[in-house]
Order: sequence, then structure tokens, then C-alpha cells
Amino acid sequence: MSIFEAILLTVITASTPLVIAALGELVTERSGVLNLGVEGMMIMGAVAAFAGAQTSGSPYVGIICGIAAAALFSLLFAFLTLTLVANQVATGLALTLLGLGASGMLGEPYVSVPGIRLEEIVIPVLSDIPVIGHVLFRQDLIFYLSIALVIGVSWFLFRSRAGLKLRAIGDSHTSAHTLGIGVIRTRYLAVMFGGACAGLAGAQLSLVYTPQWAENMSAGRGWITLALVVFASWRPWRVFAGGYLFGAVTILQLHAQAFGLGIPAQFLSMLPYAATIVVLIIISHNRRTTLINTPASLGKAFVPER
Amino acid sequence: MRIELEKRPDVSKLFAFVSPLLALALTLAFGAMMFAILGKDPVEALDAFFVEPLLEVWSLHELAIKAAPLILIAVGLAVSYRSNNWNIGAEGQFTIGAITGSYLPIVFYDWHSPLVLPLMLLLGALGGALFAAIPALLKAHFNTNEILTSLMLVYVAQLFLDWLVRGAWRDPKGFNFPVSRDFAPEAVLPAIWEESGRAHWAFIFAIIAAIGVWFMLRFTLKGFEVVVLGQSERAGRFAGFSSKKMIWFSFLFSGALAGLAGISEVSGSIGHLQPAISPGYGFTAIIVAFLGRLNPLGIIASGLVLALTYLGGEAAQLSLGVSDKVTRVFQGLLLFFVLSCDTLIYYKIRIVWSRVRGVGA
Repeated sequence: MSIFEAILLTVITASTPLVIAALGELVTERSGVLNLGVEGMMIMGAVAAFAGAQTSGSPYVGIICGIAAAALFSLLFAFLTLTLVANQVATGLALTLLGLGASGMLGEPYVSVPGIRLEEIVIPVLSDIPVIGHVLFRQDLIFYLSIALVIGVSWFLFRSRAGLKLRAIGDSHTSAHTLGIGVIRTRYLAVMFGGACAGLAGAQLSLVYTPQWAENMSAGRGWITLALVVFASWRPWRVFAGGYLFGAVTILQLHAQAFGLGIPAQFLSMLPYAATIVVLIIISHNRRTTLINTPASLGKAFVPER
Repeated sequence: MRIELEKRPDVSKLFAFVSPLLALALTLAFGAMMFAILGKDPVEALDAFFVEPLLEVWSLHELAIKAAPLILIAVGLAVSYRSNNWNIGAEGQFTIGAITGSYLPIVFYDWHSPLVLPLMLLLGALGGALFAAIPALLKAHFNTNEILTSLMLVYVAQLFLDWLVRGAWRDPKGFNFPVSRDFAPEAVLPAIWEESGRAHWAFIFAIIAAIGVWFMLRFTLKGFEVVVLGQSERAGRFAGFSSKKMIWFSFLFSGALAGLAGISEVSGSIGHLQPAISPGYGFTAIIVAFLGRLNPLGIIASGLVLALTYLGGEAAQLSLGVSDKVTRVFQGLLLFFVLSCDTLIYYKIRIVWSRVRGVGA
């Protein structure tokens, strides 16, 4: 395997969780709900996936546990913001704080336990193509799922009736309600989809990226995800591209350390966070384009008239 | 079964007062359940967590030590949140304040003067304010989301501190541990009542800040501006208030208080710089601000409550053998219950049992 292939593989591994979690948040935000709790849901997914894989011996059971745990966890957010119309920003923060604490507590028995790595699925014939075959067709299940999700979410939002309704709710919940679309129910589902995706992303962290459990191992990726959705101006394929851009920055940083450029490791580790800020500046600079792209009722509470 | 909300014609004064207490009670009930699931006697566990730390004088001092940074930061955040500016990066501003404030006692170790301490505090507040100026600048001029930028800067600040204490500022006589040299005695924040415990002047700063901000919000034009712009930017503009200037004011102010908290913590409690200087004070202060209903006097009370969760966590770890992560869980739960109980202030909640339609919550 060439160095080039090796770098590509690490970029993919670093990008996959960002793409998956960002797609989930994209659907949530398209329905008009701003869930800042991605970091908390992701870390809950990571710990549940690790625990599930350890108890059952199968990483696939782990994946299911990760998805289920984070989706259930997101219900807390949905109940507070949708049923009790609590402030979405504050509730999202609460979800992250609770997730970081609860995952630390639940994960304590698993610290420094050797993990189970999700194995690669080799796709016959295609995997024999030079370079591309090795990089794209000898991957783990979660990578294939991330590709399927990009296609699926894109189709759902822009080609399906349900997706049209979801976008309508995100742009004007009162008109959607007048048309008889179930605003609250759709938003519950959208939040849970976002939770499930964050859980899958967390599972990738503890089963593929670094097959182990460490406290706070999500290391701000959930927050980067939120920036990614803004960066992508709420479009699935741009999330995909953006996710790989951020993944590449993360990996660049690791390789720069290995080459020994003489830059302290801490400064290189700042790169993904600094890049996020720079990207946010570039994207937000033009007020008009952000206004056009942002779902109009994003972050606003909806209370049906009775 | 489904839950219906009906808007109250007026804000319920009763629930505005009761809701934080209700949230506390619910958190305790959930905590008891959690301890029961962990196989501990719930009464004994809650006693060890929330009561025992209050029974001894030295641990009351510890309570004041933990409450001081929480109150200082939360009072600043209250100004920021009330004006609808979401500074989430207090943890980073705390860290940078600790660094800039430590510049004198580390780099000019041999300079002994009664001026050292006041200058350190000033530098700390200045550092925190300057660091908070970054998200303020980005929001005011580039329309960038301040939640995300202030949060990203937390990681930058922590990595910067890590680099300092492992590199330029590492104590040459520190046996290669990543710590700076210990501050000289005149650079250490003095204790309030030396005879009975460790509590230092940071607690007094916190109380002064809370009362000062309470006065500002209630009686001054600036405070009025904060409240009006926070409730409606449009109304504020008609009144001739600039929301851009308010972004700057709220971020610089909350950043300065977080920075002051940072240098006070390092100078008063730790005595040197090290890679980890905060058990998440900047984030817990967000809970403190909300539990105190964004009211500085309420924040004094809620700061003491959350300080107790830190002490209780340490105590429970020793006496019950449960993880100190319980603290974080308690804090997260508390914020959840605070937010859900606040619904009662604005809405009447009706539970409808018949006819499942829409969300069966």
C-alpha cells in the first residue's frame, strides 16, 4: 500500500463521523429545530456502542446500541423543546453537558479495556481496482452507510413528498400547520433521526477511529459538525464535501506532527478548531446568502393555537 | 395521553419563584433513583452528597472556593444571555485570563511589590476580555455564529495553556512535570479568614460583581439597554440602542469576569499553572446562570448550590465509592429540570388522556 493510499484511508476514517453526524443535524435543522446537543448525543453513542460490543462480542450489536442510545437520548431534547417549548439553545447545551457526564460515568468500567474493531467488508471485483479499490471498497460498514446516508438524505429532502413537508415545516411552521401537516410529530422524528446519526457517528469513533473508550473522546467533533451544517448551507452533498475537507485538516495535522515540522504539537492540534472558525467567517460574511439558505423558522418554538 | 400547553395571560410570579426550587427537588428525586440503581442507599447517598459537606467549617470554606468562579463567570454570562448574545466560551476566557494574569508571577518572578497582585488581577480580566473580543468581532462584523466560535476557542485556549506549561513556562526545577513555578507569596490571593479555612478573596470579588451587576441591570441605562435589546432587537433600535455595541459590551464584560475568575483560581487555589486548571467551571456557570434565572442575586444562591455538587461529588467518591462523574450528571439533570420547570411560568400544562392525536409523549 502506498503512502498516498494510507493517507486517503485515514482521511476517510476521520471524515466519516463528521459526515454522518452532520447529515443528521441537517435533517433536524431543516425541520426548524436547532439541536446543539450533537456532542452529547455523539459521546453517548460512542460509549453505548463500546459497551454493546464488549458485552456481546460483536461490533454490529455495538453499532445498534450506539444508534439506539443516542436516539433515545435525543428524545429528552425533543420532549423539552417541542412539547414543553423550552429554549432550544439552552436545552441543547444541557444535552451536551448531561451526555458528557453520563457517558463518563457509564464508561468508567471500560477505560483502558482493549476494544473490538469493526472489520472491513471487501466488495468483490470492485476492490481489485488499483488504488480506488483499496481505498473505497475495502471499508467497514459505517463508511458504506455514510455514503448511503448522503444519497438517501438528499433524495428524501428534495425528491420525496415527506421531505417536501419537512422542509415546509422548517421554513414556516405556522403555514405548514394550517395545511394540516403534523409539525410537532415531524419534528420529533427529525430530532430522533439526528440523534440516531450522531449515535452512529459516535459508534464509528469507539469502534473504528480509535477502538477503545476514553472520556470526552468526541473532542469537540459534535461542535464541528454544527459548523459543518452552516458551511454546507443545509445541503447534503455539501455536507459530504465539507466533512472530507475537515477530515483532511484533522489528518494533515497528524501527519505534520509525524514529519516533525518544528511546530509544537499543540498548535497543530488547534488546526481543526481554527479551520472551523475561518470557514464560519467566510460562509457567514455575506448576510444575504445565509439568510436565504437558513431554514426560516430555525430555533423558533412552535405552539399550536387551540 | 398527550400534553397541551395553554399560554398564561400573565407571567406567573408564583412559578417564577417556585420553578428553580421545583427543579432542585426533581433533581434530588432523580438523584435518589440513580443512587438506588447503583445499589446505594438513596437517603444515605443524598446525605453524603448534599448535607455532610455543609456540616464542617473547613468544607464551607471549600464551598466558597468552588462557588467563587461559578458566580463570577455566571454573572457575566447573565449579562450576555440577557442581551441575547450567546457566549458559550467562558471556559476558554477563564483559561486565557489565568494565563495572562500569571505572566507577572512567572516571567517576572523576582519582582516583589504589593502592586503585583492587583496588576495580575487586572491582566487576567484584560486577557479574558480580549479573548472574548474575538467572537464579538466575528459576530459584529462578519455575522458569524458566536456560539460556535466562542466554543471552538475553548479548545484553542486549552491547547495553548498545555503548550505553555510543557514548554516556555515549565518550571526548570519541576522534575519535568508540566507545571509552572509556584507563585511567590505576594502573588497569592490572600485568605479571608485564615484561622478557619482556605476561602480566599475570589469569593468577595464574586459577591461584589453580583451586587454590582444587579444594580446595573436594575437601575442604570446600560442595564435597561441590555434588557431591551435582549427582548427585541427592533424595539432596541427604535430606542436608539446599537445591537453591535451591545455585542461588544456583553462579550468584553463577560470575558473580563471569566478572566478574573481564572486568575483568581490560579492565584488563590492552585498557586501555579498546570495543564488542567478548571473542572469545567466555564460550562457549569451556564447552568448557574440559568438556575439563578439570569438574575445576579439568584446567581449567588445557584452558584452555591452547584459548588455543592462539586464538593458532594468528591465526598461521595470517598464515602460511597461512586464515580465523581456523578457530579456532572447531577449538573446536567439540574439544567434539564430548570428548563422544563420554566415552562410553567409561561404556560398552563394540561394532560389530555383521551384521543391520541399527534405526539403521544
